[in-house]
Amino acid sequence: MILLIIIGMSLATMIPRIIPAFVVDKLQFRDWINRWLNAIPYAALGALIFPGILTVIPERPHIGLIGGIVAVGLAYIGLNVIVVVIGAIVTVFLLMI
Amino acid sequence: MFRKGIATGFPIMLGYLPIAITYGVLAKQAGMSLAELTLMSVMVFAGASQLMGANMIAVGAGALEIIIATFVLNFRHFVMSLSFMNRLRDIGLKWKAPLSLGLTDETFAVSALNTEEAKMEKGAFFYTAIILTAYVAWIFGSFLGGVLGEVIPEILSQSMGVALYAMFIGLLIPSVKKELKVGLIAIIAMLIHAICVYLGISTGWAIVLGTILGGMSGIYLLKEERT
Repeated sequence: MILLIIIGMSLATMIPRIIPAFVVDKLQFRDWINRWLNAIPYAALGALIFPGILTVIPERPHIGLIGGIVAVGLAYIGLNVIVVVIGAIVTVFLLMI
Repeated sequence: MFRKGIATGFPIMLGYLPIAITYGVLAKQAGMSLAELTLMSVMVFAGASQLMGANMIAVGAGALEIIIATFVLNFRHFVMSLSFMNRLRDIGLKWKAPLSLGLTDETFAVSALNTEEAKMEKGAFFYTAIILTAYVAWIFGSFLGGVLGEVIPEILSQSMGVALYAMFIGLLIPSVKKELKVGLIAIIAMLIHAICVYLGISTGWAIVLGTILGGMSGIYLLKEERT
């Protein structure tokens, strides 16, 4: 039963991912579509960050938010992504104890 | 190129481990065996879906329900894949098809912000390395979670939940510093997502709508840029 679920989930994730690989060569996009597709990474990052970050500690949304603000600060002064990630984890950890 | 890809993908590894461990713990608690929960990571490679899947298995949901929920949750990868594959036009299909299978929120974000390599010789190795780094971390982390889940203090694993968000922020900010409009696109997408959640739309669709509609602002905002 679980094996069936795994195979089904596998197909449900593979199909949306792989279709664009086959169709994109056959398409010539208009300029505005290219601009749209180029903006997608930034839009996706935005949508992935907020409001999800409020659910890091579901009962206390401000903790995730503060962790995020620390991450913004660390990233803004030009630190490596790894340092940004560790800084945010430490911040949340300290707020929890 | 391959080594450069591993270095670029390393932060994903760091972000994945805690999430993968969390998934491993949850899946174990949901009654999956170590082999099953690791196999799911190997075959599905989608964090949010697997966490949701483990939850649904725990509450005894049916196979079809879980599979449909996975499809809905992963539809955002269709949009991301389309954007990514459009950037990889110079890379052949025999590379592109397997690369597309390794597309997650994180590998997409990292790859999409490093697009110059697509035009370079052996650029495909760069993206393959990013994805393999993430994939290995994900599988290893799931396995680890299944083995030693209960040993990790809850406060630490909860704190680690911020890792992926911090990574997304760490990826976004340098682009915003270079081009402020990029930040505006991201904020518009955030607001659309927040409004969707407020209206009661599920997270999966809210991310799809935020990405698609938020990205539309780029049609106007990125007008002068020639890429």
